This record gives sequence, C-alpha cells and structure tokens, in this order.
Amino acid sequence: MGRIHLTFSQLRAKNQKALIPYIMAGDPSLEMTEALVLEIERAGADIVELGVPFSDPIADGPVIQGAAQRSLQAGTSLQQIFRLVQSLRTRTQIPLVLMCYYNSILAYGEKRFCHAAVEAGVDGVIVPDLPVEEGAGFRKMARISALDVILLLAPTSTAERVGKAVKASQGFVYYVSLTGVTGAQLVQVAAIEKKVREIRQASQLPVAVGFGISSPSEAAAVASIADGVIVGSALVKIIAKPAERSAVLNRVSAFVRDHKQAVS
Amino acid sequence: MNWVPNSKGRFGVYGGRYVPETLVPALEELERTYAEAKRDPAFRNTLRAYLNQYVGRPTPLYFAKRLTEYLGGAKIYLKREDLCHTGAHKINNTLGQALLTTRMGKRRVIAETGAGQHGVAVATVAAMFGLECDVYMGTEDMERQALNVVRMRLLGARVQAVDTGSRTLKDAISESLRDWTTHVESTHYILGSVLGPHPYPMIVRDFQAVIGRETKRQMMKCEGMLPHALVACVGGGSNALGLFSAFMNDDVEMIGVEAGGFGVETEKHASRFAGGSVGVLHGTMTYLLQDDDGQIRLTHSVSAGLDYAAVGPEHSYYHDLKRVRYTSATDDEALSAFDLLTRIEGIMPALESAHALAEVVKFAPRLSAEKVIVVNLSGRGDKDVDHVAQLRGNQV
Repeated sequence: MGRIHLTFSQLRAKNQKALIPYIMAGDPSLEMTEALVLEIERAGADIVELGVPFSDPIADGPVIQGAAQRSLQAGTSLQQIFRLVQSLRTRTQIPLVLMCYYNSILAYGEKRFCHAAVEAGVDGVIVPDLPVEEGAGFRKMARISALDVILLLAPTSTAERVGKAVKASQGFVYYVSLTGVTGAQLVQVAAIEKKVREIRQASQLPVAVGFGISSPSEAAAVASIADGVIVGSALVKIIAKPAERSAVLNRVSAFVRDHKQAVS
Repeated sequence: MNWVPNSKGRFGVYGGRYVPETLVPALEELERTYAEAKRDPAFRNTLRAYLNQYVGRPTPLYFAKRLTEYLGGAKIYLKREDLCHTGAHKINNTLGQALLTTRMGKRRVIAETGAGQHGVAVATVAAMFGLECDVYMGTEDMERQALNVVRMRLLGARVQAVDTGSRTLKDAISESLRDWTTHVESTHYILGSVLGPHPYPMIVRDFQAVIGRETKRQMMKCEGMLPHALVACVGGGSNALGLFSAFMNDDVEMIGVEAGGFGVETEKHASRFAGGSVGVLHGTMTYLLQDDDGQIRLTHSVSAGLDYAAVGPEHSYYHDLKRVRYTSATDDEALSAFDLLTRIEGIMPALESAHALAEVVKFAPRLSAEKVIVVNLSGRGDKDVDHVAQLRGNQV
C-alpha cells in the first residue's frame, strides 16, 4: 500500500483532514528545499507537494512563476530533484508528490521518469497540463511502477469528465477550487462543496482542494468539506521574501502549524 | 493525403490537447460550435460576405514580372494577402472566430500577438462586432512593433504588456491561456495561428484555407495549370497551411521557411525543424526548441511574427512525411529580400513574408522559365518600417 493511501486512511480513522503544503523545488536552492520539507513535516504537514520548475507554466500565477524562474536560474533539474528526494528519504517517510508539467516528463522519458521517481522515493505526480484524454500510456507506466498519478478536476468539469477522471486518478483527486491559475482569490466555499460532493459520489478516492487558499480560516472552511487542503502560493511567498535562513524556516513552520491546526 | 486531424485532434502523433482541466470543457464547446457552424449554410454565407465586403477578398494573385526577370528563373506569382483589410492574412481567421464567439454567446475576446498583426486583426473584428477585447503582447514585441500597439489601442482594445520570460510571443500565449483559464465562461480566446490545443490548429487552418482555394482558381485561370511550387513563411504556420491545404493532394512542391535569425548554427534563431525536437508547449505536441531538460529555449528573429519556439503540429506531421520541405532564411537574407521586393516591385512585404521571398531568391533561379512559383505575401511591411529604419541607423 502506498504512502499516500496510508496517510489518508490514518487521517480518516482519526477523523482528520490532510494539510498538503506546496513548495517549489530549488527555490532558492535544493539544499534549502530539503531543510524546508523537514521543517514542514515537523510543523504537522501530512503530504508535501514539490514543484518541478518549468519555463512556461501555464497553470500558475505570478507567485509560482517567479519561484520557477528562481529555481531555474539556480540550475535546478529533474535529475537533481530526484536526488533530493532520495536524500530526504533517509530522514522522512512523509508522502512526496511532484507537480510537474508534461514536457519535463517527456524530455526525461516517460518510462525513465516513472522508474527514477519511484526509485528515489516519490509517491505521486500531478501533471497540470495532462487532462484525462491525454497521457494514457504514461499513466499505465506509472501504475506498473506504483507511482500515483493524481488527476485534477475543476469547476468547469462536466459530470462525464468527473467520472472519467476519478477512474484514472490514483492516490487522491485534486480539485481546483476556482477557474483560474494558482494564487488567485478563493471563491465561495458553497460552490466548492457542491462539486466536491459530486466527485465523492463518483469515487472512493480522497479529494484534496487547492488553488486560492491562503489563510487558516479559508483552510478550515475547505477542510470541513474535503479530505485535504493544498496551500501553495501563500507559502511560496514567504519563502520568496528575502530573510535569514532561520527566519524563513521559522515563518514557514508557523504558517504550516497554523494551517494544520485550522484543518484539524 | 489522409484527412487530418483525427477526432482527438491528432496529426499523426502531433497535436492533441495538453491543457489544464479547467479549459477542456471550453475547448469541447468550441469544437462543437465549430462543427455545427461548418454545416450551417447561414454561417458560411455570413463568413463569405464579410470576407468579400469587409476583408476585400478575393485577394489578387499578382505576376511579379520584374522580380521574375531579375531572378531569371521560374515565373513568380505573389498571393497578395498583404492587401487584406488590416494588412495581413490574420483577419481571415479572426473574422471566423469572432463569428464563433457570438454564436457561443460570449461577449469578450482575448488574443496573443507577436508582430501585432493578429492583435490588430482581433481588435478590428472586436470593434466591428462590439466585443470587449484584451490583447497580450510581450514588451520586446511592443517595442519593435510600436505602430501596431497604437493601432490596437485606437481600435478600442486593451493591450496587456507581458514582461515575463522572453517578453515575446511565447509569453504572450502563456498569459492569454492564464486569462482564459480565469474567465473561461465569458471569454473566447482567439488564437492566431495553427497552434495550441485541439481544435485550434484545425479551425485556424480551415479559416485560412480560403487563400489556397482562391490561388488554385486564379492559377488555373491565368496559367491554365497548377503551380510547381508554393512558398510561405512559417512561424506558427497559419499562412503556410492556408496556402498549402488546397494543394495537399496535388503534385505541387511545398516549401515552408522558418526564421533562421543569426543562423541555425547559432543559438539565436527560431528554426524548429533545424534545431528542435518533439515536445509539448502551449497545449500541443510538436517540434519545438528546448534544452535537454525540456525547458523552452529563447528564440530570436528579426521578425516578431516568426519568433516562437514551437511550430504548428500539422507542420510537424508534413515534415515527417516529407510532404513539405522546411528550410530557413536568416535575418540578413530576409532584410535583403525586403529591400528587393520594395525596390523592384514597389511592394513592401512584412518581415515575416520577406523570409518566404528570401527562399524564392535562392530557389527561383534554379528552375526553368516555364515553371511557376506562388509565394504567399502574407502581410505588408508598413508595421516594420520603423524597425528596419532603426536597424539601418536611421530614424523615421
């Protein structure tokens, strides 16, 4: 049984919700990313999502675009991110999910990507530009390697698409809370609730909600209707602010603690 | 040739729909709307009427007698898309998509633009149909195509400056996709070339196919035969497919000319078939310029309209089948061709179209006098006057 599934089962047994922080790997350096992941885990996160930087991230708003740019300028590659995960695995068993645009996977080689990811200790991958109609071959390879491919659903997804996506998704389903890019303003929780209920009716998989959640109170509201809450841009902003390393780690820790408390 | 794309938007292995989930239902709606419109005689009649009375179609097929004599080989005809309203072929597509926009009941359009020709063509139809309009344009392109920025603003469009990445067309497309993702329910994205997710490569090609249909008719009338070769520049490649598609099953050679920039042996060019490999950018699988990690490379061309890292997926398909021969022209070759046509025919081509002419300069003298070449003169050069003058150290 995979780490993602195990984490959600354990949380469910305790009637708790997952907090899933997102950070960009290599922003500002891979060494700092390693320290951040460990700090985020200590502060109570349940799963960590690691962004793989891409030059043209069409699903991301300015905050994560900036983080990707900084990471690329620091010379981050997918190979190095796998090495980082490998190193992290000697110190933590927290589920790790990569958020990776499809061209990075293609350039690395789909099969090679699945092998290297699992070998390093990656549990799942979210590919924001690979809707359910595309990438069937990649998902098959991932399944053989026991790498969860987590599909996204959106407010615009029709019932038919919800049905197709939950069938193809593994680990959990990522519900994009709004029509927009990462870091936008959250819309009404009632609208999210309706769609999350629809997804849950179609599937046994846990549903995590992301995009636009930037405060403990928003996280709490979303946690009351979903199995997990993803926070990205608000956290990436803290990391982007120039400060002493220890100050950044402290702020990140406080941010994660506050949000974990809110979703519990 | 088989009919492409298939129902999944594939041209062989190329094309497809690699976009965030949020956009997929809108692409499905567009696909449905287009399929219905295509079968609807009223839609076709309306489009035809606008193309005739508003755009000024059919555009002439002009025998460039002086250019032919100068080069001393094949007879050269120019398909005069530069004479379309707004000065380029782009309006053939924007008019069609504006009609689709109103058919879907949407009141706002957005677009990306490189050279500004597509942006102007979108701003124009938005004015004519009373649609709200935002055009995304890289700040580098805004500088080198300043005239078109002013034109768009005069037409009532908001020009949104894009200052990320290479600050050119690639980044303008990314921003347009982000805007569309955010406002997908009220907005239609008028994509300007045979690029992006399905059904755009198909729709844009079909709206541009009028170029080739007219050319074929005109050629039969004035020469009584098909041309031996067709030449067009290829950025995304909509003017090229517009001209080529009517001749796909004929015995006609086709040549697509990419931007060679400082030379394809340098890093500074936009020649995807010379220096690229297969990947996914902006929703489609195609040849693109990328590094070993799949990061998109910065491109260079003197022509803003050709300065893009990916080529339309249908071109990748014809490239592999060897149905179309792809070559490139450098900045210098394009600038020389710009001068040549201006001086001996009194026609100032867009720098994009000058790339196609640069190939004709090399190619035509190698053919005998009874052969006929058609060049797509996709746009006029007025927008480039300031840029060319600056390159030569003059001010306008």
